[in-house]
Amino acid sequence: MFKEASIRKPLILGHKTYHDITNDIVGPIEGPAPRQWKIATTIAAIVALYGIGCIMYLVAAGIGTWGLNKTVGWAWDITNFVWWVGIGHAGTLISAVLLLFRQRWRMAINRSAEAMTIFAVMMAAVFPVFHMGRVWMAYWTLPLPNQFGSLWPNFNSALMWDVFAISTYFSVSLVFWYIGLIPDFATIRDRMVKPRMKRVYGILSFGWSGRAKHWTRFEEVSLVLAGIATPLVFSVHSIVSMDFATSIVPGWHATIFPPYFVSGAIFSGFAMVLTLLLIMRKTMRLEAYIHLKHIEYMNIVIIVTGSIVGVAYLTELFISWYSGVEYESYAFINRFSGPYSWSYWMMMTCNVISPQLFWFKKIRTSLPATFILSIVVNIGMWFERFVIIVTSIHRDYTPAAWGEFHPTIIDIGMFIGTIGIFFTLFLLFARYFPVLALNELKTILKVSGESYKNDKAH
Amino acid sequence: MVHDNKLHFTFPKKTRTWSMALMAIGAVSMILGWMFDKTDHHQYWWANLLINGFFFFAVALGALFFYALQYAAEVAWSAQLKRIFEAMFAYLPYGLAVVAIVLLAGQLHIHHLYHWMDPNVHDPNHADYDEIIANKKPYLSAWFFWLRMVVYALTFLLFARAFRRWSIQEDELGGIDLHYKQYRRGALFLVFFAVFSSTIAWDWLMSIDTHWYSTMYGWYIFSGMWVTCMIFATILVVWLKDNGYLSAVNTSHLHDLGKWVFAVSMLWSYLWFCQYMLIWYSNIPEEVTYFQTRYEHYMYGMWAIFAVNFAVPFYVMISRDAKRNTKYLTRVGAILFLSHFFDLYMAVIPGTIHGHLEWGIGEHAHHITFAWWFEIGMFLGFLGLFIYVVLNALTKARLIPVNHPMLKESEHHQI
Repeated sequence: MFKEASIRKPLILGHKTYHDITNDIVGPIEGPAPRQWKIATTIAAIVALYGIGCIMYLVAAGIGTWGLNKTVGWAWDITNFVWWVGIGHAGTLISAVLLLFRQRWRMAINRSAEAMTIFAVMMAAVFPVFHMGRVWMAYWTLPLPNQFGSLWPNFNSALMWDVFAISTYFSVSLVFWYIGLIPDFATIRDRMVKPRMKRVYGILSFGWSGRAKHWTRFEEVSLVLAGIATPLVFSVHSIVSMDFATSIVPGWHATIFPPYFVSGAIFSGFAMVLTLLLIMRKTMRLEAYIHLKHIEYMNIVIIVTGSIVGVAYLTELFISWYSGVEYESYAFINRFSGPYSWSYWMMMTCNVISPQLFWFKKIRTSLPATFILSIVVNIGMWFERFVIIVTSIHRDYTPAAWGEFHPTIIDIGMFIGTIGIFFTLFLLFARYFPVLALNELKTILKVSGESYKNDKAH
Repeated sequence: MVHDNKLHFTFPKKTRTWSMALMAIGAVSMILGWMFDKTDHHQYWWANLLINGFFFFAVALGALFFYALQYAAEVAWSAQLKRIFEAMFAYLPYGLAVVAIVLLAGQLHIHHLYHWMDPNVHDPNHADYDEIIANKKPYLSAWFFWLRMVVYALTFLLFARAFRRWSIQEDELGGIDLHYKQYRRGALFLVFFAVFSSTIAWDWLMSIDTHWYSTMYGWYIFSGMWVTCMIFATILVVWLKDNGYLSAVNTSHLHDLGKWVFAVSMLWSYLWFCQYMLIWYSNIPEEVTYFQTRYEHYMYGMWAIFAVNFAVPFYVMISRDAKRNTKYLTRVGAILFLSHFFDLYMAVIPGTIHGHLEWGIGEHAHHITFAWWFEIGMFLGFLGLFIYVVLNALTKARLIPVNHPMLKESEHHQI
């Protein structure tokens, strides 16, 4: 039988059997909700409600309740949008790209990362949709015939490309996530004793029987979807970057933007996955499946993508000088020494310097350090978008029109609100859905399970 | 198991003769080309030397990068193929030497490929003063430029030497210490490579169009480097298998090599398109000049290169069967290898000879856009040299690294 190289660390620790895997992952769904979960969900829901309140006020009173002004026409709204879309990159990268690379360690993390992706993309959509002001006209972004009442959308606009890129990405990610869930829902259905819940999971599992034919089709469709999803991982954030890069605003227009945004998105997405998984593995006792090796791998992805982002920052900075273009150089001088320089240095510290700590094995295999740094990276990536958006436009070609941006309570409330909605959705997912791809995990138990690998049990 | 006499590669006489014949063709083309090239300072001849020098250097550097990547990412399937990449990066000193000759000749004003090497453009009192180029002086000053060259050369050569030495030691000693040493050194190399892959592209290629700049440029050149390296490695593996070597390399390994060719081709297409599209869309004069120059004389060529490098791998290599079929791998590989050569051609020639080339013998010089026999001859010459150096290096160590800790997993690789 195939065995992986003995120098590889096993991916499933301890003496697990197939039954143990099912118990460990389905058990929490069957039991009563733990107290911690109830408390956490209540807090998240309150924050979410506050955010929804802010959104309702925004719709009623208008976009003027944000801090935008004639110079800074995009600020927290688009920053939050890009930040959330970025976070929504890790899931599909883990499920699609790592599937194509045959990385077995992805099986422990892909399910929750995909869920996170879907919720993050939903949060991202909130900002441009409500930025339209008259949100009931949102369907105008769709290519409907003119008789319908709207003008044809402007296909020359990168904002329009966003509509297609993100909705495609969302649909494919959702389908991918759901297909993976089907066999696991069937496992829950087969074990469930409560009749009503059994019925619900029965419907959700689409009549999955676990026959060899079903598994063949499952694997085929997973590969096809991975093939479709991989270019989407690149296209979404490339097109988001083109919202800026197609313009002639210094600081926004740089040819490196598409790949650099993609890298930054993966960087922040992995950071968010780490933040969530470190809590989840502890509270749901999944330490045997998501252990230090997984965390180390994710931290290595963070070093790589963080360094790529770092190289991109320095390239932009260097070329702004090398170009000899006055506006281009000023945009960057203003970035690191202007009124918003604090945000630039915040970004540099959090995104470029702090991930380098993971070069030390002690730090990248330390849970507290990883947890703290994952949050630092997420803060840094929020500031990156703030730096790009606000510092580039607050001082543009006409000094007479220079200005600054001050967020209002609605700006802040909406942002915090989306974090609340995101966590509410994620907590609901963790309660009712199998948080690990348990049937996929079973396929690697005998190849990479600790007791099997060491030939102790067999 | 691997048969004993196939553990070592022997350079077939016929191939040796062929590669020498190619080198001879190259030498004759270069001599005749020098006589025919009536462009100022033999600019065309030098431009072609730069293209060939950089192109094959890039294949070797790509191999060094991929080798380091395999260690850093704990890859098993490629363990059997690591000698292939070692042999490819054995060309690094030769590639660096050719590039260095071109740069040195530029510095000594034997040619004017690099406009900024002319001291007059930096002199405010001279008629040729160019404010934009003068502004770049701190970066493009001779001492800093040559310091970088020395640092690049030392970095690449020292890492390559260490990788090779430990790899051969591992054959003798076994154990896992050397493997972890390679793992750590591989990761460290990637750090240097992340910076230098961009800066060499700026220094040796982007600075030809001295006024122009693009932040994407380094990554775009890097993706071309990577794809040509994967193509050459694939063709070499297929050739070795056809000659009875590498019997444990199965269709899954070929599939993986094919996937790399496919994936990196898509990466290249993505980067090429994004760079082009953003410059075309925003239409800023400082940036758009680059493509204007290419449009003037080479528009069809430029688009043909993009179309081939994107569409051929996309439509042919997307299928699983194609990636497992040696005929597809070698033929598509050969097309892409050439097409990426033309891509580099497109990066160098428009900025150096501007579509005007004086060509002929004696008094009969006339204007043409390119001299095909000279270019083909020179390319074949360097191809012969590259093949010779790589195959020669392949004879110097066991073809299969017997003590690689991932070897068993690689032999059982199945996808």
